[in-house]
Amino acid sequence: MLYINCPHCGLRSQNEFAYGGDATVKRPELNKEISDQEWDNFVYLRKSPRGKHLELWHHISGCRQWIKVERDTSTHEIFKTYKANEAIE
Amino acid sequence: MQKYSVFSLIKNAFSDHQNWEVAWKDPTPKKEYDVIIIGGGGHGLATAYYLAKEHNITNVAIIEKGWIGGGNVGRNTTIIRSNYMHDENGLFSEFGMDLWRKMSQDLNYNVMFSPRGIINLAHSDAQMNAYSRRGNSMRLNGIDAVLLNRDEVQKLIPMADFSDNVRFPIFGGLMQPSAGTARHDAVAWGYARQADSMGVDIIQNCEVTGFDVSNGKILGVRTSKGEIKAKKVGLCVAGSTNILAEMLNMTLPIETHLLQACVSEPIKPLLDHVVTFGAGHFYCSQSDKGEMVMGGDLDGYNSYSQRGNLPTLQHVLTEGIAMFPFLSKLKMLRTWGGIMDMSMDGSPIIDKTHINGLYLNCGWCYGGFKATPASGWTFAHTIAQDRVHDLNAGYSLNRFSTGNLIDEKGLGTKTWIS
Repeated sequence: MLYINCPHCGLRSQNEFAYGGDATVKRPELNKEISDQEWDNFVYLRKSPRGKHLELWHHISGCRQWIKVERDTSTHEIFKTYKANEAIE
Repeated sequence: MQKYSVFSLIKNAFSDHQNWEVAWKDPTPKKEYDVIIIGGGGHGLATAYYLAKEHNITNVAIIEKGWIGGGNVGRNTTIIRSNYMHDENGLFSEFGMDLWRKMSQDLNYNVMFSPRGIINLAHSDAQMNAYSRRGNSMRLNGIDAVLLNRDEVQKLIPMADFSDNVRFPIFGGLMQPSAGTARHDAVAWGYARQADSMGVDIIQNCEVTGFDVSNGKILGVRTSKGEIKAKKVGLCVAGSTNILAEMLNMTLPIETHLLQACVSEPIKPLLDHVVTFGAGHFYCSQSDKGEMVMGGDLDGYNSYSQRGNLPTLQHVLTEGIAMFPFLSKLKMLRTWGGIMDMSMDGSPIIDKTHINGLYLNCGWCYGGFKATPASGWTFAHTIAQDRVHDLNAGYSLNRFSTGNLIDEKGLGTKTWIS
């Protein structure tokens, strides 16, 4: 069982959360002309690192806020959690 | 190479089985090979075997970080099937079914292929319609498919929950009678033994630490046992693909996720088929030892841990008990996990790359084991001829940017949703 420290609610079990994927993926700017390659990068390509991974989780059975979690993908250690709009150190 | 037969078994019984030849050698790596295959799993071993057998390329090394067959080929639920709707997947997998049927003879190794049939249960009229469409698509590609009604399903698997007032009543199912199971370890060992006998070097406990690439051409790999030169290099490393891709400065349409499986204590023969639950993600078959072999959802977040987490197991077995209530009475014998290379459309990639002489085989998601022979066969062709075969032409790396996805399940890019 993972225990995730929701920045809004405190420490809760993973059962309350839904995963949202890589949080470092940035949608291209709306007003900018972009190439197929840039769109491909955004929609499909993922680093999927072994080690530290910044990811989105949705506290769907709690406060229903999206949060960011920095977690190790091989040990499952959770280093830090952030509010969705919080600056990442 | 010593031929395995009933006669060699009797002969070796007289010497207390002390004089069997080793099944494969443990060589030190040479300075250079024509082809290096990274990854000594089912696909890598099969690729080396077909390189030697079909293309007469025998100056080949398989480099494996751990031991051969220690990854997903030894961790899957041994299911073999070709019940796909899309042409690319159907034709590729059905080609593989032919190789499965011949495999024990071909490898002189009993892989215990057991075409016992797979039944996908349907729990609504809409699902029956979808299965009817999928079955028809399969039959158009020459794959056997039978649509079963509720009574026909009940005759085959009377132990399923056919009582009234269940949350997901069984409406019927889609069956592929020629699908089945095989002994997964034997597949790895059989391919390894034959590849070794044809001159392939199987190098275990040898981790790849880097690549030598110059002017867009692969020159060799750096490993924990030193540098090894090669004209061509094939990647066959499933869940570790992204780790090697990073060394090559490549970003791929793949995420690595954890999938669990488990077996119950052994019980008397009960279940003749492979059965999948249609209202969730759960599948079950009974091994020759009598264990119920079960699996289901991914753990649901990026993971390289090869160890599962209990909430997912509980969720999967809840579905299992909804389908087969008797499972609740069984004790769990073992659970384990493997790391899956989940591609963004659920279909694999077998292709060349932008680096000359570097070839990619990945993205197998849940379905790597059944694809072992067809994957090895087509990957060997792609490496040997430096061009893709018709069978794996659809499994291109650039299909994501060109929009030619093979999205069998229509799930999109959220690979962890099932």
